[in-house]
Order: sequence, then structure tokens, then C-alpha cells
Amino acid sequence: MRWRSPDFWSGLALAALGGYIVVAARGWDYLTPDGPGPGFFPTWYGVALLGLSLALVFTSGKGHIADWRGAGRAFAIWAAFAASLALIKAAGFAVGFAALTYFVVAVMYRRPALVALATAAAIVGAFYLVFPLALGVALP
Amino acid sequence: MDIAAGLMNGFAVALAPANLLWCFVGVLLGTVVGIMPGLGPPATIAMLLPLTALMNPAGAIIMLAGIYYGAKYGGSTTSILLNVPGESASVVTCIDGYQLARKGRAGAALGIAAIASFIAGTFGVLALMLVAPPLARLALAFSSPEYFALMALGLAMVVLLAGRSLVKALLAMLVGLWFAGIGTDVFTSTSRFTFGRMELLSGIDFVMVAIGVFAIGEVLANMEAREEPQALPVPKGLRNLLPTMQDMRDCRFAFANGSIIGFLIGVLPGGGSTIASFISYGVEKAFSRRREQFGTGVIEGVAAPEGANNSETGGALVPLLTLGIPGSSTTAILLAALVLWGFKPGPLFISENPSMFWGLVASMYIGNVMLLVLNLPLVPLFAQVLRAPVFVLYPVIIGLSVVGVYSVSSSLFDLGLLAGFGLLGYVMRKLDYPSAPLILGLVLGGAMERALRQSLMMSEGSLTILVARPISAAMLACAALILLIPFFARLNSWRLRAMEEENK
Repeated sequence: MRWRSPDFWSGLALAALGGYIVVAARGWDYLTPDGPGPGFFPTWYGVALLGLSLALVFTSGKGHIADWRGAGRAFAIWAAFAASLALIKAAGFAVGFAALTYFVVAVMYRRPALVALATAAAIVGAFYLVFPLALGVALP
Repeated sequence: MDIAAGLMNGFAVALAPANLLWCFVGVLLGTVVGIMPGLGPPATIAMLLPLTALMNPAGAIIMLAGIYYGAKYGGSTTSILLNVPGESASVVTCIDGYQLARKGRAGAALGIAAIASFIAGTFGVLALMLVAPPLARLALAFSSPEYFALMALGLAMVVLLAGRSLVKALLAMLVGLWFAGIGTDVFTSTSRFTFGRMELLSGIDFVMVAIGVFAIGEVLANMEAREEPQALPVPKGLRNLLPTMQDMRDCRFAFANGSIIGFLIGVLPGGGSTIASFISYGVEKAFSRRREQFGTGVIEGVAAPEGANNSETGGALVPLLTLGIPGSSTTAILLAALVLWGFKPGPLFISENPSMFWGLVASMYIGNVMLLVLNLPLVPLFAQVLRAPVFVLYPVIIGLSVVGVYSVSSSLFDLGLLAGFGLLGYVMRKLDYPSAPLILGLVLGGAMERALRQSLMMSEGSLTILVARPISAAMLACAALILLIPFFARLNSWRLRAMEEENK
């Protein structure tokens, strides 16, 4: 079934992006008295993106079969990473990054809570020693 | 400056204590990174790139190049002991290297990998030194149309060799061009694709995309599995790591084959070390008297690909330093590094920055010697890296990525984009979209648009300028022919075999 193929959906998403690029580029000058305008190059790669992604959609039935085993773990880590960035913004690097490390060690790799806490504290401490103290690089 | 004088100048730069230290740090880090499956040189260089802004540029490029070629030495260790390539260039080494290790000859395999890497790596630097200066002089005749054609040719080759699906590789490249177009147009000051965000007016920083796609994307992909693979033991003692005289005799042709093929493939944009090692292995097998034994643990099956992937480094630096055209993800990041430090890689780079170019060349000779010393007696020590717990390693990589991006812009908005690009890198892997064309599209996009628009300004809007000039016309014809290769069954079957090996 074509609609079950990942190529079908990724092709559709890229076709939408290509369409958006072409529409946005129409809002800028294509040619100016001095030569090509800001809309010139985006129009061409937008059209190419649209055309090729539609080609992918229409040939998607015999394409790549994605293996999604383990993807749940990867998405969980990504969600934890995104949440830790929000935490970094609200409470600082130490809290946000320690929480992420704790999650990775304790939840994703199922190590005891004490090991996770010690690992998180050690890594955060090492980052503070290396970056702000030794290299003078600010942490978020 | 002639070659001898340039090299003397280069050794004066490379032997300065600080640069010697950075060279050592680079090759050491490179070896460790090469050994670690899932952390490649593009991710490492991208993560460290922002920190190099604090360094002397000569020391910084020496260190980053050290990571680049050092990783190729280290990658063989994981291939031989674990049957998992430490980095993509070592994938072919798994075939015979792991079989040798299973037969109790891990020491000989590791030893011959280090020796082949040293011989071919040194050959690659020698060839770089001889080829780059005359090529840069030739490229001085290039104008905007030739540059546009050259970039089109480079992107065509990368697209051809970067993925099993040509359509997906082209799509990834086009998305890279779109990323490059985000921000303020330099010709008219029009803001493009900024979605009303002030943070996007200056464009998307290349470092952020590279770290997101390579470092975060790789971590997400590697964390899919909870189990950690187990490595075979490494024999103790230098004597057990040295190949026999018979091994050395068996590998004579492999050393030469790996050196020459690796360099030639490296010079071609898009060739890459994985393709170089694959072709070198194929040539070795085709000319061997015991070709039927390949795949069962043949020593030259390790020497040829390991030599090729190290010689390729010298070749890959030729288009980067003389034309400003990167041929792979890693050289694209090195290009970004040079631009970040205020240099303009291209035909004038060598003549305007002789100390930088010759210092880099001399440091690569020194770095290869350091790597031979590090990788022969100390390989059992490096193999311990494979025992490092991944639950410590992955948070450290994520933390380095965050600090690397934040140190460039001090913007939390950019950290949000980093998360987005990390997810993009992971999804691209899952959906079989190659990341190299995306990165090269991003790196070359701005310059390509500039070259095209300048060409059309020169011709008052006529596209014929691109085909009226002979060099430009020849390069565009080559690009078109390359993109037609998938329609020729025999050539395409070779391309697909290379891709299959790369993705095994």
C-alpha cells in the first residue's frame, strides 16, 4: 500500500515545503534591473523540491521500508532533551542537564537511582570545571 | 614559494610547542573518536569548532585535521575487535579484520592497519603538497560562472555517491540549499524565510545544523538499543601487534593500491573515504592470487582499505584548500571552520596564507608519525574506550553539543533549533535520506547563489554565460552526465554496491 510507505509521507511533507518555498519566493523580486533578485534562486530550488518530492510520492510503493524498532527509545530521549532545554531556560544548565543525565542513566539504561544521581552530579561538575573555570566558556 | 621552502616554513610552524601539542591532542582525540562507534569526526569537529574560536587558527586547524585523520586510524580498531565500524570509512575493514581477530590474529590485523594507515596517510600528504599549489594557480583563472559550475559539479558527485536513492539525495541537497537561503539576502537586504523571527535574520548557523544532524542525530540512533556490543580481546605486548615479514610481503601491493586509489578518490568531491576503501578492497581482491580467500581473514584485505581511507584525507583537502569546495561532511565543517576564523579557502588561500597551508601539511607528517606510535604499542589501552559505559558517554556528547552551540550565539533560541535539527538528523537516518548532501547544500548554498547571481549580472540575465565559457560548460556537462548515471544499468549497479557496503 503506497500510503503506508514512509517515502510517501516524507515526499508529501517535502512537497509541501517546496510549495511553500515557491509561494514565498513569488513575494520577492525575481529579476531586478541589476540582475536576478532575491526570489530567483529560491524559485528554482523550490520548483525542483516540489517536482522531486512528488516523484518520490508517486514511486513510493516500492521504496525504502523504515525499521522503527527502537524508535520509541530515541523519541523518548529526544523529548527528554527538549524538556531539559526548557528546564535549562527556567532553572539553569546544572538543573536541566543533570535531569537529562539522570533520565538517560536511570530510565533509559535502567541503572540504580544512586548511580544515576552520582553520574549526573559528576558530569555536571566536570562541565563546570572544564568550561566556565578552565576555558572561560559560558554555560547556558 | 617553492615546495622545499614552503615545507621548511611549515615545519617551523608545526614544530612550535603549542602547535605540536594541538597536533597531539587532535590525533589522540581522533583515535578515541574513531574507536567509539557512533561518534564520527564530523560530529566531534562540529562540537569542538566553537571552542576553537579562542585558539590560534594554525593550532586550531592542526588540531581539527588531526581529529579528521586520527579517526581513520582509530576506526579500524573497532572494526577488527567488534565487527562494527568505529567510523564509516572502516566498514570494509570489518570483512577481513574481524575474521583475522576470530582466528586469534587480532594483533597482526591491528598492526597492519596502523602500518598501512601510516604509509598511505604519508603518501596522501605528499601528494597534497605536490598537487595543491599548481591546482590553486590554475583555479586563479576561475570567475563566477566557473565557480557556479564547480559547485554544481561537486554537489552532483556528492548526491550521486551519498545515497542509495538519487531522488532522496537530491531532496536532501535542496533542503540544505533552503536552509542556506534563510536570513537576509546580501544583495538586496530582503529577509527570506525568517517567519518574522529576529533570530533568523542573520541566517542559520552551519555549526548548529552540523551538530544537530551529526552529534544529536547519531546519539538518538545509537540509543535505540539498550545492549552494548562486546569486543574481542586485544593481545598484550608490542611483539604480538607486529605483523610478520610474510604479512608485510603479502601487503606490498595493498600499500600502493590503498595509497594511490585513496588519494585519487579523495580529490573527487563526493568520493569520500568509504568509497575509497571499498574500491581499494575491490581492486586488491581482483588482482590477488588468493581472491577466493577474501572475506575469511586475509591480511591484505585489511591493509588496502585502511590505507585508502587514510590517503583519502590528503586528497580531500585538495579541493577544499585550492577551490574552497568541500567533498564530504567533514571537509564541509573544516571549510566552515576556516571561514569562522576569517580565512577564505580558494585559489588564493595558499599564496595568502602560506604558513597556514604549509603548517597544516607539515603537521600531517608529524601527526601520522604520532598516530603510528600511538596505535601500535598503545592499541590495548585505546581498546579500553570500547568498555566505557554508554550511559555516561551519550549525556556527555549531548552536553558538549549544547555548550558548542551556545558558545557560538549565546542564544537559547538556537538550542531549540539544535533539538529540531537533532530530530531531523535522526528521522533522515530512519527514512534513508543521506545527510552529506544536506550539509553540503547548506555550506555551498550561499556561495552558489552568489556565483549564479553574479554570473547573470555579468551577462545581463542571460543563462548562456554558464555554457559559453569552456571550463564552465565542461563542468556543467560533467555534472549533467553524473546525474544521468543511475539511468545506465552497469554504472548504477556499481554505485548501488558501494552504497550497500557503506550501509551494511
